[in-house]
Amino acid sequence: MPINILMPALSPTMEKGNLAKWLKKEGDTIKSGDVLAEIETDKATMEVEAIDEGILAKIVVPEGTADVPVNDLIAVIASEGEDPKSVQAGGGASAPAPKAEAAPEPAKSAGSPAADNVAKAEDASTQRSYARVDQAPSGPATVASAAKPNGAGQGARVFASPLAKRVAKEAGIDLGSVQGSGPHGRVVEKDVRAAMSGGGAKPAAAAPAPAQSAAPAPAAAPKAPAAAPALAQSASADQVKAMFEAGTYEEVPLDGMRKTIAKRLVESKQTVPHFYLSLDCELDALMALREQINGAATKDKDGKPAYKLSVNDFVIKALAIALQRVPAANAVWAEDRILKMKHSDVGVAVAIEGGLFTPIIRKAEQKTLTAISAEMKDLAGRARNRRLKPEEYTGGSTAVSNLGMFGIKNFQAVINPPQGTILAVGAGENRVVVKNGVPAVVQAMTVTLSCDHRVVDGALGAELLAAFKVLIESPMGMLV
Amino acid sequence: MADQYDIIVIGGGPGGYVAAIRAAQLGFNTAVVEREHLGGICLNWGCIPTKALLRSAEIYHYMQHAGEYGLSAEKVGFDPAAVVKRSRNVSGRLNGGVGMLLKKNKVDVIWGEATIPKVGEVVVSAMKKSAVQPQNPIPKGVLGEGTYQAKNIIVATGARPRALPGIEPDGKLIWTYFEAMNPPAMPKSLLVMGSGAIGIEFASFYRTMGAEVTVVEVLPQILPVEDAEIAAHARKRFEKQGIKILTGAKVTKVEKGADSITATIDDGKGTQTITAERLISAVGVVGNVENLGLEKLGVKMDRGTVVTDGLGRTNVPGIWAIGDVAGPPMLAHKAEHEGVICVETIKGLHAHAMDKGKIPGCTYCNPQVASVGLTEAKAKEQGFDVKIGRFPFVGNGKAIALGEPEGLVKTIFDKKTGQLLGAHMVGAEVTELIQGFVIAMNLETTEEELIHAVFPHPTLSETMHESVLDAYDRVIHM
Repeated sequence: MPINILMPALSPTMEKGNLAKWLKKEGDTIKSGDVLAEIETDKATMEVEAIDEGILAKIVVPEGTADVPVNDLIAVIASEGEDPKSVQAGGGASAPAPKAEAAPEPAKSAGSPAADNVAKAEDASTQRSYARVDQAPSGPATVASAAKPNGAGQGARVFASPLAKRVAKEAGIDLGSVQGSGPHGRVVEKDVRAAMSGGGAKPAAAAPAPAQSAAPAPAAAPKAPAAAPALAQSASADQVKAMFEAGTYEEVPLDGMRKTIAKRLVESKQTVPHFYLSLDCELDALMALREQINGAATKDKDGKPAYKLSVNDFVIKALAIALQRVPAANAVWAEDRILKMKHSDVGVAVAIEGGLFTPIIRKAEQKTLTAISAEMKDLAGRARNRRLKPEEYTGGSTAVSNLGMFGIKNFQAVINPPQGTILAVGAGENRVVVKNGVPAVVQAMTVTLSCDHRVVDGALGAELLAAFKVLIESPMGMLV
Repeated sequence: MADQYDIIVIGGGPGGYVAAIRAAQLGFNTAVVEREHLGGICLNWGCIPTKALLRSAEIYHYMQHAGEYGLSAEKVGFDPAAVVKRSRNVSGRLNGGVGMLLKKNKVDVIWGEATIPKVGEVVVSAMKKSAVQPQNPIPKGVLGEGTYQAKNIIVATGARPRALPGIEPDGKLIWTYFEAMNPPAMPKSLLVMGSGAIGIEFASFYRTMGAEVTVVEVLPQILPVEDAEIAAHARKRFEKQGIKILTGAKVTKVEKGADSITATIDDGKGTQTITAERLISAVGVVGNVENLGLEKLGVKMDRGTVVTDGLGRTNVPGIWAIGDVAGPPMLAHKAEHEGVICVETIKGLHAHAMDKGKIPGCTYCNPQVASVGLTEAKAKEQGFDVKIGRFPFVGNGKAIALGEPEGLVKTIFDKKTGQLLGAHMVGAEVTELIQGFVIAMNLETTEEELIHAVFPHPTLSETMHESVLDAYDRVIHM
């Protein structure tokens, strides 16, 4: 029976890779363990090894082919006694692994002393994929290969010592959620013990069980041992569609922006420990100052003012200065370290048709309100036309998301990784408050700071927000 | 300014010179102050010259047993002066090598004795006492007495032999390792006080060279830091070689004769006297913390050593300490590693403090003893439920071929996690083998990786594998 060689998955989240090189050619005799080809992803190069013996009958995907989907047929091996010439690819050029009834594969290597560190799986129809990461150290990868499904490293394998893996497994700790302190961020035993005692990691058992029955993985994909279940996978399109009557909906294909939003925000909510701090800022002084500044703007011959500051421009500037006053909060998480920023690079969420962009105002603490205002107009305009360059919306340690214009009173924004915080700004409105024991009417808005607890702890976030409030309520402070 | 340094290291022993070279690699303007011998005790009066002596003893031993290998060697003998001369030459060569390494790395050497009058300043003056002889020539191009400025001062002044009151070494009848290393003549009989690495190595050397040797140890076992089973195995071998060993015994009095000493020894049950030509005092070493000005600077000390934070920092900013002077274990390889950690910390690299539980120890007697990690007793004391593997050399083909069938490898695992807690070895070449277990422990391997690793055949290292297999009831050659 001919053996189909499939595009291997380097990681649970890998969807496609480039077929960099064939190391064997058609007609070559293949022994078990021979390296057939090299596969590249953006993260690593891996080798495809033969598991069976035979003759390489056909190369289906030529070398140099980019973006070959995982589990696509890439070559066929004729086993002993078969005529390579008559061997046909089992299921055509892009035979997907049988999907339908494939039961979730039991983690058969888990706990076995003979566990090797390859993501290996087989099914009944001799479809095989045997991938090995170049830099993989030896040792059981039963935990490691399964430990990152929470996406903490976008599917990269967790580097951990064998002892750390074993201790984590026995304690039910998800290794992917443990911060490594060893060389190159390797998780060592001490880290797992710290996670166990400090609650730095959630027990894997507490994570939602993988929706295995609802999402049969392709048979040849690496399997997560049951000991460390992945976070719930979304139901497949077919399963969702099955819940609705046909014809009652319109299917909208995803564009790149929607995919990115989905991926990044799922990543954020699953990996960033969010917490939220809210407070009210009085706006009377700010509104008065804004009116004064805008009133002073020179007008061109059409009567158009040289600038018109929005409340949001003040918010950007205030947040930028507050970050300078509380520099510890001006930071981003970088897996094995924290990057403390020197300048206040503030992202501003701009809603556009079909999505949003978050362009960055760089060094906002140094810029005048009018400069911020002008830059914001330019960035927002180009964002709406999808004309921003990637470097204009990458970076930043925080962002501002303002839904005040829609009358939203308050909300909690999702942090845009790797930023450390995001400020959600509600609508300015007249409110009755108690002042000196008597009711008074003031203009106020509610702001909510979402913090990445790995970078910004509660007290630190509160300090940042307090500094922000002072600036908003005494806005002259932003001008000096 | 020539006398302005980023780092001055006080002491050119293995800790000091390695720290200086690492500092130079990291771009620091560095100097080492040394008063006697580049390479320190290790290279001149310790690790290295004793290995040269023991090598002579080993070859002499083989020549005496040539017949066992089908060889004949007649009129086997030795020239004590030539044996010592070889040992001194080995030290001399390496001493010169350290000088060259420092020069190559553009590390200045300042010759003399250092004091630290205040943070940031080192005053170097001529050495007050005379240097231990024979001294290697002072390297060319060294800087001399004067006041030098340094942003960071690393104290790496090492240690010296501990003297017991009433039994102070006199250099003639009562020796320390200095005299034992450079004997004017081979003593016919010898009393060794202390059975740590230094005492046992000299006992082994002098016994092989024909002296009557008695070892007195105050603790209940020889090689007190080693696993009891390994120490017992070694003791049996020593006694078979004719070394007399008294444990749980104390030298209470030493009377000096014209060319001998008579020691009164109390083993708790009674006293006995032993007369021997010479006595070697090997009752440990003490840190060289004096006369540096550390007390005046307020540097915190504990039991004669400088207290550091594990990265070389003392409580006084700008003053660092590494090696023997910074506390036990007083081993050259620990000093070297601490030197590197200290300098990298000064550089702002995120060095990890050393895990002192994973520092190997080696004793180069015959048979050799090597170990890393917890002994069985310590592991149990710490509450581990242990799994223990043992494998004797007699089950190893290479050991038989070498004519070294006596030896033992003992491995200790945590039953719960499979962590390798300790490894203990006695037998031929085990000091060269222990590093395999050291790497394993540092990588936090469990029994699984050790069982899966392929050990080359035929080698003595297979005993390590078999010991691990034995711990999990999978031993093959037993």
